[in-house]
Amino acid sequence: MTSPMIPPAAAPTTMSRADGLHMLNVSHAFGDHTVVSGVSVFVNPGELVCLLGPSGCGKTTLLRLAAGLEDLQVGRITIGEDTVADGQGGAQMPPEKRNVGLMFQDFALFPHLTVYENIVFGLAEKDRTRREWARDTLTTMGLGDYADAFPHTLSGGQQQRVALLRALAPAPRVLLLDEPFSGLDVNRRAQIRQDTFQILSRSGIATLMVTHDPEEAMFMADRIMVMQHGRIVQSGTPVEIYFHPKTVFVAELFGPVNRLDCRVENGALVSALGRFPANGLAEGAEAQVLVRPEALNLSQPATADAGIPLTVVSARSLGRSTHLTLSLGDDDAGPLFNARMPGVFLPEIGSRVSARVAPEHLLIFPKSAP
Amino acid sequence: MPHMKRLFAAGLVAASTVFGATTWAQAADQEVNLYSYRQPFLIKPLLDAFTKETGIKVNVVFAKKGMLEKIKAAGDNSPADAVLTVDIGRLYALKEGGVLQAVKSDTLEKNIPAHFRDPEGLWFGLTSRARVALVSKERVKPGELTSYEDLTDPKFKGRICVRSGKNAYNVALIASMIAHHGEEGAEKWLQGVKANLARKPQGNDRAQAKAVYEGVCDIAITNNYYMGKMMTNDEKPEQKKWAAAVRLTYLNQGDRGNHMNVSGAAVTKSAKNKEAAVKLLEFLSGDAAQKIYAEDNQEYPVKPGVPYSKLVQSWGDFKADTLSLEKIAKLRPAASRLVDKVGFDDGPGS
Amino acid sequence: MPHPAAVADRPATRYQLARLIPDRWGIITLAVALFVATPLIAVATIAMTPAPDIWRHLYNTVLFGYVERTVMLIGGIGLGTFIIGTGTAWLVTMCRFPGRGLFNWALVLPLAVPTYILAFVFTDQLEYAGAVQGTLREIFGWRNRQDYWFPEIRSMGGAITVMTLVLYPYVYLLARAAFLEQSVCVLEVSRTLGKSAWQSFWNVALPLARPAIVVGMTLAMMEALNDFGTVDFFGVKTFTAGIYDVWLNMDNISGAAQLASVLMIFVVVLVVLERMARRGQRYHHTSSKIQALPSYRLRGIKAMLAAVFCALPILFGFVLPASVLVSYAVVFFDVTLQANYLTITLNSISLSLGAAVIAVAIGLLLAYGLRMGSGPLPRAAVRFASIGYAVPGAVLAIGVIVPMAGLDNSIDAFSERVFGVSTGLLFSGTVIAILYGYLARFLALSFGTIEAGLGKVSRNMDGAARTLGANPFQTMSRVHFPLLRTSLLTAGLLVFVDCMKELPITIILRPFGYDTLATFVFQYASDELFEESALGALTIVAAGLIPVVILALTTLRSRPGHAGGGHP
Repeated sequence: MTSPMIPPAAAPTTMSRADGLHMLNVSHAFGDHTVVSGVSVFVNPGELVCLLGPSGCGKTTLLRLAAGLEDLQVGRITIGEDTVADGQGGAQMPPEKRNVGLMFQDFALFPHLTVYENIVFGLAEKDRTRREWARDTLTTMGLGDYADAFPHTLSGGQQQRVALLRALAPAPRVLLLDEPFSGLDVNRRAQIRQDTFQILSRSGIATLMVTHDPEEAMFMADRIMVMQHGRIVQSGTPVEIYFHPKTVFVAELFGPVNRLDCRVENGALVSALGRFPANGLAEGAEAQVLVRPEALNLSQPATADAGIPLTVVSARSLGRSTHLTLSLGDDDAGPLFNARMPGVFLPEIGSRVSARVAPEHLLIFPKSAP
Repeated sequence: MPHMKRLFAAGLVAASTVFGATTWAQAADQEVNLYSYRQPFLIKPLLDAFTKETGIKVNVVFAKKGMLEKIKAAGDNSPADAVLTVDIGRLYALKEGGVLQAVKSDTLEKNIPAHFRDPEGLWFGLTSRARVALVSKERVKPGELTSYEDLTDPKFKGRICVRSGKNAYNVALIASMIAHHGEEGAEKWLQGVKANLARKPQGNDRAQAKAVYEGVCDIAITNNYYMGKMMTNDEKPEQKKWAAAVRLTYLNQGDRGNHMNVSGAAVTKSAKNKEAAVKLLEFLSGDAAQKIYAEDNQEYPVKPGVPYSKLVQSWGDFKADTLSLEKIAKLRPAASRLVDKVGFDDGPGS
Repeated sequence: MPHPAAVADRPATRYQLARLIPDRWGIITLAVALFVATPLIAVATIAMTPAPDIWRHLYNTVLFGYVERTVMLIGGIGLGTFIIGTGTAWLVTMCRFPGRGLFNWALVLPLAVPTYILAFVFTDQLEYAGAVQGTLREIFGWRNRQDYWFPEIRSMGGAITVMTLVLYPYVYLLARAAFLEQSVCVLEVSRTLGKSAWQSFWNVALPLARPAIVVGMTLAMMEALNDFGTVDFFGVKTFTAGIYDVWLNMDNISGAAQLASVLMIFVVVLVVLERMARRGQRYHHTSSKIQALPSYRLRGIKAMLAAVFCALPILFGFVLPASVLVSYAVVFFDVTLQANYLTITLNSISLSLGAAVIAVAIGLLLAYGLRMGSGPLPRAAVRFASIGYAVPGAVLAIGVIVPMAGLDNSIDAFSERVFGVSTGLLFSGTVIAILYGYLARFLALSFGTIEAGLGKVSRNMDGAARTLGANPFQTMSRVHFPLLRTSLLTAGLLVFVDCMKELPITIILRPFGYDTLATFVFQYASDELFEESALGALTIVAAGLIPVVILALTTLRSRPGHAGGGHP
C-alpha cells in the first residue's frame, strides 16, 4: 500500500515554518496533586518531539498547557517569538488565538458535521485557498467519497486521517498530537503511522506528540523525552534512548528485560550469565545489569565455549521471531531469563542451549552506595 | 438634563403600561381593584350591579393563599384597594398584618350592626353564616341532637361526618368552643367528636351531606348556605337528593346560640382609590346587594331588615351566638394546634 | 534553582486559591444561579424573622405524622414511577409485541394531564357515588356501604396512584433514552455469560441506565414533595400540608418558611447522598458499536401481558381522564366559552412559551458556565437554584414577591425622587413576576436536561473547537448548540407542559384581570364546580399534548452516534 501524497499546499506558509514551541520550567498541579514539575520542552521547526511515558506521568497535561486548554500556573510557553502563556501572573493567550493544531486521542470529530465541514471548521469563510486544499487533500487521501458523510460512518483509520487533516487545515504554527494511534486497530496502526509520518515530515511543522507506546515514539520521533512522575528523566534521539537509557525505568519502557545483580570482582562484573567488563566500576562495587531479551544470543547444541548453558523452559514461535524462557538450572526452578531470537528457533523443551551476551548490548547501572 | 429625565420617565410609563402595571396608569379612572377570596363568578352579579349604579369599574383578582404577603410586600405601591374574604380569620390576619385602613362611614355603620364590624372600622362583615348540623331525616329523630356538645355523646359513635379540622370554618368553630369551654374543655370536646366520626375527615361541606345521603353517616357539620345551594342546584340535580335526605338543625338554641362566621370586606392601607373602595363596601352593605347575597347565596344578610331568602326562612328562626368575632379570630392558632394535638384529621380509631 | 518541594507547592496553593475564587465563567454562573435562587433565599430569610415557636408544638403532635406520610408518599411514588417508567421503557425498546409502536409514544401522554384533574376524575369515578361503585352495587344488589368493601380513594394509596400515573412519564422518557443509548454488545456479553434476558436487564441494563432513571425519579419525587392540591384533595396530611397549616391557620409565615427551609435541606441532603452513592461509578459506554436493537419477540401470553402492562398506565393516566373531560366539556360547553376562553388560552400558551424560552436560555447558560468555569461555589449555587422544584408553589411565590416588590419599591422611590414620576410595581405587578416564579420553579427541568445533554458532548470537542480558532461563544454556537438541539427542545417542552399546568404561583403572582387556563379551572374546581370548567381543563391537556408527542417522537429518533439525534 502506498502512502497518500499530500499536495504541496499542505505545508504551512513559509513564515510559520520558522516557529518552534518552547515550554520553559513548567509546573502544574490539580488541587494538591502535582502532575508536572519543572519541565522544559523545546520543539524546533520541522522537528517531531515525542513525550513518552506511562499514563498519569503528566504528558497530556503538558500538551493541554501548550494548547491553552489549561491555564499555565508556573513557567512560560512561547510559540515562535510570542509568549502565549506566562505562569508568573502574565497573560494567558486563549487557545483560539494560539494557532496550534491539536489532535485528540478520541479524535473528537464533530458528530453533527460532515467530514468536509469538520476539516474546514477552523477556516475562515473566505479562505478559498485552504478550502480547496482541504478538498484536494481529502481526494488524494482516498477520502473524497466521504466528504459529505458523517464521521460515525467512517472507520477508525479514516476518522484519524480526518482529525489530522482538520488539525492541519488552518496551517497551525505548532501541531500537538495526543496518542494519535491508540484508538486504532493494531493491524492498521503500522500503516496509518507511516502515512501520518509522511504527512508530517512534508509539512515541516514543529510537532509535539504524546504517547505511551515506545515503538510508536521510536518510529515517529526525531527526539524522545521520557517522562516519569511529572519530570523529564531522559531526553535524546530514539537510538540514545534505546541503547543508552539513563535509568532502569527508561530501559524497561521498551518491554521486560532480564535483570542481573552483579559485583565487581577482579576487575570484572560477575553475573549468572558470565563475566562482563567492569566499565570503570571500582572493585567490590555492586551493579545491576540489564539484558534485553533480543541481546541474548542462543545457540544449539550447547557447548562450553558457546556461552553459559541454559535449559529451555518454553519456546513459542511468533513468526518473525521466537520467544523463549530459559532456566539457569536443570528445570524451571532456577532463575529464569527471557530471550527473543529472530526467525524460527524452536529447541525442544528441556533441551540445553548456550547463551552469550554481546558486551555492547549490556545496560549497566551501578547501585548507589547505601 | 431635563430631556433625559423626561425620556426616562416616558420609558417607565411605557414599560409599566405594556406589562400591565396598574397602579397609576389607572389611578385617574373611576375604578377599584379588589383582591377576592371568593370566586369571581360568584360575586360577579354583585359587582355588575355596583358598576351599573356608580359607573365604577371593579377589577378582581381571585386568590386564596398569599394575599396578605402580596399586599404587605408591595407596600405603598400595592394596587389593591379593597379585599373581600369569606371568613373572619382572613380579615383578622389582614388587620394584624397592618395592611388595612380604618374607614369612617355613616352608611356602613348604619347598615352593619356593631358586632359584625371592627370597632375601629378596619373591617366590615357583609354576610353571616351559621355552622349547622345536617342530620339524616330517617336516622336522627328531631331533638336527638341539639348542641355542639351533644356531638360527643357515645350514641353518635360512628355517625358523624365533617371535613378537615384545619378548614377555616372548623377552625373558627373550634375557636368558639375554646372561648366557651376553655382550652381543656375544647380539647375534650374535640376528642369526643373525633371518637364519634364515621370516617377520616375529608372532602368539602357538601360532601358531608352526600355522605349522609349515602348512609355513611347520620350527622354532617356544614355551613347553612350549602343546604340552600344543594336544594336549588338545577345543574346537578343529584344534590337535591342529598339535601332531601337531611334536616337542617340549628344548635345550642337553648343556650348561647349557633356558632356564626362572617364574610367581609376591608379597605387596604395603600388604597389609591379609597373613595371608590368605600363606595363599594357601602354598596355591598346596602339593600340591593344584601338581597342578592340572601337570594343567590342563601347567606344571612347583616343589614337589619333585609329579609332572608324564602328557603332560609323555611328552616325557621334561630338564635345566633353573639361571641365576638375578634375573639374567635384570636383563638384560631390555638384551635389549629388543638386539631394537631387531638389528631382530629387522623380520623376515628387512631 | 528552587527546591523541588517549593516548585511542587506553589502551583498547588495557587490552584487551591484559584479554586475558591471563581473565574469569569464561574462568576457569571454564580450570579445567574443566585438570581434564580433569590426566591429560595427570600424564603430562608423569612424563616429567620422572629416568630412564635412552632417546633415544640409540631414535635409533640403532628410532625412525625407529616414526615412519615411524606416519606411514604414520595417513596410510593418513587417506586411506582420506577416500576411503570422503567418497565414500560424496557418493553418498548427491547421487546416486540402487539401495539409497541403505539405505546412507544402514547406512554408519554399522561404527562399532559394536570395531577389535580386526574385526582378529581379518579375520585369522581371511584368514590361511593361514582360510576364504578354504583355499577357494582347494581350488579350485586348491595344497598349501602356496610354491605361491601371497596378501597377508599381519598387515601394515601389513592394519592400515590394518581400522582404516579401522571409522573411516571419522566422516568419513562429518561429510561427509554438511556436504554436506546446502551450498546447492545454489553447485553449480548451478559447473555453469553449465561444470564437470561431478565437477568441481563436486572444486572446490566438497569445499572447502566441508573443515572437517567434516578434523575427521572428525582423529578417525580420533587414534584410530589411540592404538591399541595392533590394531597389535600385526598386528605393526606404531608409536610407541605403542614407548611400551609402553620402559615394560614396559625398565621405564622415565618414558621411556615422554617418548615419550607427544612424541606429544602431535606432535598439537598437527598440529592447529595444520591450523588455520593454514585461517585466513582462512571458509566461510560465502553463500546461504540451501533447496531439495531435486538428486540426479543414476545409471543402468546407474554406478549399479551406486555401489552396490558403498557396499556394500563395510558388508559388510566390519559384515556380515562380525557374522556371524562370531553363528556363534561360537551355538557358545559357554553359556560366555559363565556369566560374569555380564547384570551385565557392565549395567556396560558404565551406565558408557558415565554417561560420555556427563558428557562432553556438560563439552563443552557448555567450548564455551560459549569462546564467552562471551575470551582465548588458556582456548582453549589446552581444545585441550590434547582431545588425550587421541590418547594411548594405558594411558598415559592411569596419568595418571589417579597424581593421583587422590594426592588419595585426602590425603583419607584428613586424615580419619584429623581424624575418626579412614580413607576409603581414594575415587575411584581406584572406577568414578569409569574415568569420569574416559573423560572425559579422549573429551572431543575431545563438545567437537568441540558446538563445531561452537554455531558454527552466530549470535552475534547471543546478543545478541538478552541484550538481550531473558535472562541467560547463560537464553540457554543457552532459545536454545542447543534449537538444539544434535542436536549434544548426536550427541556423547553417539559417546561412548557409544566407551566401550562402550574397553579399556585400563577394564582398568587398574576396581575388584575389576568387568567390562565389553570386559574380558570381552579376557580370552578375550588367551588366543586369542576365540571363547568372541563373545556378549560381539556384545553390544558390538549395544549400539552402537542409538545408531549413531539417529545416522544424526538427522543425516539435519537440514537447514539447521532449524538443528540438531529442531522439534516
